[in-house]
Amino acid sequence: MATDIFEILRLNKQQILQLWLQNQQTDTEFSDNFNTADELRAQSAEFVDLLLSTLNENNIHDFSSPDLEPLIDYVSSLTISRARQGFSPRETATYIFTLKDSLLKVLSDQISGDLSQLYQATIQISRFVDNIGIQSFETFITGREEVISQQSDEMAELSTPVIRVWNGILAMPIIGTLDSARTQVVMENLLQGIVDTGSSIAILDISGVPAVDSLVAQHLIKTVNATRLMGAECIISGIRPEIAQTVVHLGIDLSQMITKATLESALKFAFNSLQLEVRRIQKDKVI
Amino acid sequence: MMATIRESLIVQQERDLVVCRNRVKEVAVKIGMGIVNQTKLITATSEIARNMLIYGGGGVMRLEVITRGKQEGIQLVFEDKGPGIADIQKAMQDGFTTGRTLGMGLPGAKRLVNEFTIQSTFGKGTTVKLLKWKNG
Repeated sequence: MATDIFEILRLNKQQILQLWLQNQQTDTEFSDNFNTADELRAQSAEFVDLLLSTLNENNIHDFSSPDLEPLIDYVSSLTISRARQGFSPRETATYIFTLKDSLLKVLSDQISGDLSQLYQATIQISRFVDNIGIQSFETFITGREEVISQQSDEMAELSTPVIRVWNGILAMPIIGTLDSARTQVVMENLLQGIVDTGSSIAILDISGVPAVDSLVAQHLIKTVNATRLMGAECIISGIRPEIAQTVVHLGIDLSQMITKATLESALKFAFNSLQLEVRRIQKDKVI
Repeated sequence: MMATIRESLIVQQERDLVVCRNRVKEVAVKIGMGIVNQTKLITATSEIARNMLIYGGGGVMRLEVITRGKQEGIQLVFEDKGPGIADIQKAMQDGFTTGRTLGMGLPGAKRLVNEFTIQSTFGKGTTVKLLKWKNG
């Protein structure tokens, strides 16, 4: 190779940075940039510094090379911090891709004589910066996925409230899918609720559960058994006709449990076993 | 004529089961399947997909709307490359399980659909085919 492109880039670091900052300012994507100019400048300078000091002819073809790790870590943390500041992935990607323009501009100025070398260098740099862009994108997605799994954990906690419907009667409406993790939460909350309120009847309403398969049924049986061990009775309510037929076909025996079609009939049953009665007040007698 | 539906869904983790169930339900509603048959098919899907996940280490569910004569229905093929089932006859018995479950998944699913075929090569993987007619 006649001239070392990495040497050229290193020697023209200041110019690259200048060009990059200019490109960023002319780019309309950055019109509502709320980083202060100084901050952006410092960040860009650090990025260029790190890029040019780690990049060499061996690792430009191998993005997984270990000596690129500091650069990759930097790109990841930059993406995360920008995402937190409210930049869209497009804005961050554009930020990274404008760096490519300035790198290529410097190269074409410096090695304008040798077209084939310029072509080779352009392809190499272009691929490398694309990889940085992909890295940034992957970081963004990983971050999102973490948020999603965190939210689903929170949702499992939120959506299983224990309601005290009457003195001695608890109700727990279950909405959504009853998987193993969810059942654990349901069971814990229900058993704790029984202890806390001293209730003797718990109603588990599954109107909001889309399908009862053998695993869900097994979880229900376990919950009922655990409730009984605590000295309370557990009623399963909200068994819809199609669920009843499916459970029968599936061959699961739920006859050991007290089941009701609606929450209302479960409540009636509970009142009955507590020897309570709900009556309409006869108004004329009161007056 | 509605556009033919033919697609694959990957089952790799528990939350994929929810996606499978929801998709099967969507398609079932689309072809006008009744609520009871819908629920039966969704439950069978749930059983087989979970088996595939727990015992087969995950796999693919292929969903297809098929017509045979005047009948329209949904065909689901579950394919995994897991350890396979050593004794299919035993696995199809009520209450048989190698795990700690009720052992109703496979035989139960068979009762919930119109056609059920299972093929398994020990050490190579398992394929389960379910078919549920709209009015079956």
